[in-house]
Amino acid sequence: MNTPSENSRHWPLYEVFVRARGGLDHKHVGSLHAADARMAIDHARDLYTRRQEGVSIWVVPSKDITASDPAESESLFEPARDKIYRHPTFYEIPDEVKTL
Amino acid sequence: MYTQALDTQGSDSSPVDEAVLEQRFLARVDAEEKIEPKDWMPARYRNTLIRQISQHAHSEIVGMLPEGNWITRAPTLQRKAILIAKVQDEGGHGAYLYSAAETLGVSRDQLIEQLLSGKAKYSSIFNYPTPTWADVGAIGWLVDGAAIMNQIPLCRCSYGPYARAMVRVCREESFHQRQGYDLMMHLAQGTPEQKRMAQEALNRWWWPALMMFGPSDANSTHSGESQRWKIKRFSNDELRQKFVDFTVPQARFLDLSIPDPLLRWDETKQRHEFGPIDWTEFDQVLKGNGPCNAERLAARRNAHAAGAWVRDAAAAYAEKQRRRSATLAA
Repeated sequence: MNTPSENSRHWPLYEVFVRARGGLDHKHVGSLHAADARMAIDHARDLYTRRQEGVSIWVVPSKDITASDPAESESLFEPARDKIYRHPTFYEIPDEVKTL
Repeated sequence: MYTQALDTQGSDSSPVDEAVLEQRFLARVDAEEKIEPKDWMPARYRNTLIRQISQHAHSEIVGMLPEGNWITRAPTLQRKAILIAKVQDEGGHGAYLYSAAETLGVSRDQLIEQLLSGKAKYSSIFNYPTPTWADVGAIGWLVDGAAIMNQIPLCRCSYGPYARAMVRVCREESFHQRQGYDLMMHLAQGTPEQKRMAQEALNRWWWPALMMFGPSDANSTHSGESQRWKIKRFSNDELRQKFVDFTVPQARFLDLSIPDPLLRWDETKQRHEFGPIDWTEFDQVLKGNGPCNAERLAARRNAHAAGAWVRDAAAAYAEKQRRRSATLAA
């Protein structure tokens, strides 16, 4: 009963996110294999923060990440391209109007 | 992230589609865009990358052995701490690279199996022995120096995960080279015996380090396509030349001599000319007949076998925790 099945011997993949300093977002840095989340944190500490690269780590099972499909990138991201009015520089304001 | 869930693009697309997709792929490469794991890529590009990245990863892992040999015998506590940190970095580099290879649809277990079965290749340099402490210095200075020369252009490789792994590796590699040179400097400026030890280590590692850049351009089988795909940016001979030009003055500063009677500065070409490389030796080491091939593989196999109980225990513990939390939830 304590003999792990072939399936569980295959350590799952985790994605690792590191917060470089307080006040910054966690950023994806890479991935690693671990038996469980606790071990993934320990491995991430050894693998990705050997030179004070971080103050906080997140690990997420890779299989739980849903990614957008590159084949759909046009329909997803193109529509934003012609909406230049979303940017402040679209509007011309006379010089005499200040602090705007 | 894409490894296990990677839906391998089926071969059901027609040849016409393939041609269009390949054109689009090449246009992206030409435009210096990065190719990411889920993007369409030619099967040859994928296979070339799997081969190259996994060989690179294996090299990092096997590369821990020649130096690891000296951890327990480092002459001072500080040198020991430095060496441990360096060897740990090499293990880390192997892990970054295995992850990058996995994004192409090959599993970690397959990669490890290929290394342990002797099917996979790794850099021929790690099949040479480290008989003295000076070899640790020569490895850092020359072997890591040659590796940096190879790896810096790889930071701009067209395949995103490989390029990102290389950025991380290069950032750490500079410490490796400098600690090696520092070690050689101490020996070269030490007693006559220490200086002789440094010279002998340089004699041992010079030619194998030059071989690290691979066959000369005329005999390099994989170069053409790799350059077209922007996996490779410079030819083997270009990088080797650059390494010689960088390293010769460094040796001169140490007052050590490069073991090549034909080495000379060519004023018109503004570069060093050097003697012919013994490619028979290179081929022999690649084929498995180098001084330490068998020893290195045996060490890896033993480490893998000796660690099996740890992996099993961790997996059993994880399963127990899962079962326990399932029962609690019920």
